[in-house]
Amino acid sequence: MTYVIVGSCIKDDSCIEVCPVDCIHPKPGAPDFETAEQLYIDPAVCIDCDACVEACPVDAIYAQPELPEKYGYALDLNDRFFGELSTAERTAG
Amino acid sequence: MTPRTRTGPRVAIVGAGPAGAFTAACLLRACGNAEIDLFERLPTPWGLLRGGVAPDHQEIKRLEDTFDRQTLRRGCRFLGNVEVGVDISHGELMRHYSAVIYATGAQTDKSLGIPGEDLAGSWAATEFVAWYNGHPDYRDLEFDLSAKRAVVIGNGNVAADVTRMLTLSAAELERTDIADHALDALRASSIEEVVVLGRRGPAQAAFTSAELRELGHLDGVQLRVDADEVELDPVSRQWLADEGTFTARTNVELLREFAARPERADARRRIVLRFLRSPLQIRGAERVEAIDVRRNEIARGHDGMLRARAVEEDAERIDCGLVLRSVGYRAVPLPDVPFDERSYVLPNARGRVLTPAGEALPGVYAVGWIKRGPTGILGTNKRDAEETVTCFVEDLAAAALPDPPDPGREQVDALLAERQPNVVAVDGWRAIARHELENGRRERRPRVKLASREELLDVAAQRTGAPAAVTW
Repeated sequence: MTYVIVGSCIKDDSCIEVCPVDCIHPKPGAPDFETAEQLYIDPAVCIDCDACVEACPVDAIYAQPELPEKYGYALDLNDRFFGELSTAERTAG
Repeated sequence: MTPRTRTGPRVAIVGAGPAGAFTAACLLRACGNAEIDLFERLPTPWGLLRGGVAPDHQEIKRLEDTFDRQTLRRGCRFLGNVEVGVDISHGELMRHYSAVIYATGAQTDKSLGIPGEDLAGSWAATEFVAWYNGHPDYRDLEFDLSAKRAVVIGNGNVAADVTRMLTLSAAELERTDIADHALDALRASSIEEVVVLGRRGPAQAAFTSAELRELGHLDGVQLRVDADEVELDPVSRQWLADEGTFTARTNVELLREFAARPERADARRRIVLRFLRSPLQIRGAERVEAIDVRRNEIARGHDGMLRARAVEEDAERIDCGLVLRSVGYRAVPLPDVPFDERSYVLPNARGRVLTPAGEALPGVYAVGWIKRGPTGILGTNKRDAEETVTCFVEDLAAAALPDPPDPGREQVDALLAERQPNVVAVDGWRAIARHELENGRRERRPRVKLASREELLDVAAQRTGAPAAVTW
């Protein structure tokens, strides 16, 4: 399982601040941060701790099994985002 | 035991929108004993979160709970219905506060500079937004929705918002907190088609992919985009491959998918996305009857930026009865503080407002759109606020803040009592919020907004009794 962020993300970084394994990208300061319209959770690193769900002020984060159907696209988008992000970028944080 | 210092630094934040709210929250984290007064021109806080974010995006409006918890519930005072520059001047604020932080946003719209722009039926999209969101200064606007076609000029998220609002069904609108006067007008709307004009191509559209996807998935609405207009020119194709953002690539893919869709016979309304089209002229004898558009091509400028360049050929005429111009917000100068007339911001270095000579004006700061221009999304203001607050904290530590001659809270309150008999403080705002939520519960809506200043002030002063009876 993983957690996924949907398009109503306002990019206020609350999730990044609480994530214990630093798996939410892009990070402030990363080259693609300013142009990113939302943040994404790396499923390979996420430990399903739920901290980001509680921190999100606009309830834009869902555990995958609870993802409403209308946000189904978010999983594909997430896959594509991390497909394009190199391992070097992921770990440079 | 010595009593704790009663006051920390006294700070006035001008504007209770997202930038002001994030600043107040950040300031309280950085400097717990700061005494913050949040000034707001309207009787209600949270700026564009209440008056800009579209009514069908209620999830985003939940941010107001965080704002409330991190500011008003932590002792930050709300001084609503007070206009700085009218009820109290900048000079007076400087007599009472160690610092004044401007968070006034960008309150007007950019103009297109084309003939016919001021014809009846041609509006700034921001006026339409303020009207449907119940901004009290806009409730009396009358949008004529009797034509079959509307044209939206622009490709950003405001353009996407107004396009959705013009095409959602009455049943969908009734579940939102759209202002009642707008709900009534949109229920009776005859608009069947909304044409959205983008100056540049699909790769340069400023929509987020989330907003674009939403336009393509509205119930009973067909989204049409011509396959030829989605096809990228060589310059854009190269740009997308080399420098295109993740959003731009996603948008182009979405648009290709939309272009390949079959026609829907059962659609209630249509959205037509047109790319590489600039408005030349809005035509009409007394009111909008049509708009002339010109075709563009994409060219790389000397600075490497991709620009729209006019193609020499006859203009195309699109008949329409409503034009919403959505080409960006613009800030207006504030009395008695410097203003950069070229960039439309307060001249500043990381939030410290600068004199024309380029020196920091002690104790004067800027945050949000009045600081950086109208760019970014809600969360951008949090990082922006952190930067401004960092400057403030540095100046506080360096004793670089001015010493206000009359630092007492009572003195501000006495001055305001003389100037503005209807200041809305936090209890007044809570009375408004309760009233709106209660009426919303009765109608199974998130809230029913009070949309006139008189009603807002009456409810804030608890001059009215129980919420109005349900009317249907």
